[in-house]
Amino acid sequence: MRLIAPIAKRVARLALVLTCVALVSYGLMMASPIDPVDAYLGPQMAQVSPEQRALIAQRWGFDESVAVQFGHWLRQLVSGDLGWSHVYNQPVSEVIAQRFQRSIALLGSAWLISALVGFSLGVVAGAKEGSKLDNIISTYAFITASTPAFWLAILAVLLFSVTLGWTPTCCAGPAGALNQEVTLATRLHHLLLPVATLALLGIASITLHTRTRMLELMRSDVATHAFAQGASRLDVAWRHGLRHASVPAITLAFASLGELFGGSILIEQVFAYPGLGQATVAAGLRSDVPLLLGIALFTALFVSVGNMIADSLYGVIDPRIKASGL
Amino acid sequence: MSQAQPRLRAAFSLGVTALLVMGLVASQWLLGDSPQQMQFDARLAPPSVDHWLGTDALGRELWARTLAGLALSFWVGCLAALLSTLIALSLAAIATLSARLDALVSLLIDTLLSVPHLILLMLIAFALGGGTQAVIIAVAVTHWPSLARVLRAELWQLRQAPYVRISRALGKSRWFVLHGHLLPHLIPHCLVGALLLFPHAILHEAALTFLGFGLSPSQPAIGVLLADAMRYLSGGYWWLGVFPGLGLLLMVLGFERLSSHLRRAL
Repeated sequence: MRLIAPIAKRVARLALVLTCVALVSYGLMMASPIDPVDAYLGPQMAQVSPEQRALIAQRWGFDESVAVQFGHWLRQLVSGDLGWSHVYNQPVSEVIAQRFQRSIALLGSAWLISALVGFSLGVVAGAKEGSKLDNIISTYAFITASTPAFWLAILAVLLFSVTLGWTPTCCAGPAGALNQEVTLATRLHHLLLPVATLALLGIASITLHTRTRMLELMRSDVATHAFAQGASRLDVAWRHGLRHASVPAITLAFASLGELFGGSILIEQVFAYPGLGQATVAAGLRSDVPLLLGIALFTALFVSVGNMIADSLYGVIDPRIKASGL
Repeated sequence: MSQAQPRLRAAFSLGVTALLVMGLVASQWLLGDSPQQMQFDARLAPPSVDHWLGTDALGRELWARTLAGLALSFWVGCLAALLSTLIALSLAAIATLSARLDALVSLLIDTLLSVPHLILLMLIAFALGGGTQAVIIAVAVTHWPSLARVLRAELWQLRQAPYVRISRALGKSRWFVLHGHLLPHLIPHCLVGALLLFPHAILHEAALTFLGFGLSPSQPAIGVLLADAMRYLSGGYWWLGVFPGLGLLLMVLGFERLSSHLRRAL
């Protein structure tokens, strides 16, 4: 009972937040000055008569009031139907599923790398405050935290793809090749640079956060006591520091999923990587409202679950929090 | 010096930043329309003595365009940060009025934080039809939650402070307490908060413009310059991609430094 209650509370909160997201994003879409029929027709707009437009509007339900339309959309949403994407000419759920499969390779590996490398750099920098290594790591983290993601990606393409020619400039595979023909090695080769750039950006925040935690510990009574007993800095960092700094680092890693996803949109755009981020941009630029709504909801779910895991992990890793009743 | 005189350092950093910003604004005045002037005999010229940072595909000077882009970013960032701080302050104040309003505001914060920033920015820019105004509003509407949380926590604490309780007991109105006692205390927080928001605001403006949702492609914004550079990347025209981004990075770093110095000094 003690375990179920907080989880149920969290799930209820998640449902509430998602409903709000649906409401807000639907409201935003409705407020847009872009006419959905025009967006659907695209360049053929001029060839369509007003009668045909009215028929199209009726077919898609645009002639009804906003509240009725929202009701329809919500009812469909609950039954699992996200609508039809006119940009990709596919159901929205299929577009998201296909694109996310490609993005998850990029997101997942970048996330793991940035968490692991960021954490280790933070521990190293924090264990030896003021050393040369600390200065280098802190400066690096400080600068990358302010670097625009897409600019870093452009620099990476310029250096590694254009000048050195080590990696391909675009896409998830060679142009014109069928999906089945692309080998795993080629896929990895195409993923290498996007993952590296995305990871490089994610490292900064975890490093800076972990470093502050380590500094905190190094100045605490626990560390002073250990030093008095003859422990070296390495000992203290290894025995006390890792544990002390790991909880916030893991929490931050899960809580930063939204930022990671935002970064992936920019990086997929630069590398022309056909993932969910690129689909988001296409949906926005070509006014594919159902797809945009679907992606907003999907990413909100993704990020909220990340936040939920972050909150729950606190209790699992740190017994003190569990004792005080989550 | 670094430990002993944080105020001196902050003042120094403030002076340098102010000077640079004034230079940036003045340069726009002096340059006139040279960021848009085309020279067809010098298209895609590499950096040289004549063309300091090179020229783009229409022969426009990249240094003038970069400066113009930074000035645009600065104004957009300023307005967005200011607006965002105002939103944060008013919502934090509303939240402390009653428990129910507090729950409402925190639900709003959770909602905003659960959608990735960039997607929310795209949705809002889409809803407002794009353009400079849309970017400013979108950035302002998405960046207030973290500051609002700080201000709200601060307000809850202040409400328990003796002088506030005495004032309430003496029969002063809620509005008077908020206005006369609480707000003056919150101004430094707001200042630092706005400064912290500023770099994020510029970075998000550039990202949004880069993706095609922000400022119009005819304006020399940094995002537009970099999106243009994307088309010439494989041709080896490296200066188009390097310099505008470098300018943006330097500006963001400058403001980050300033805000960290100010935080230490206040």
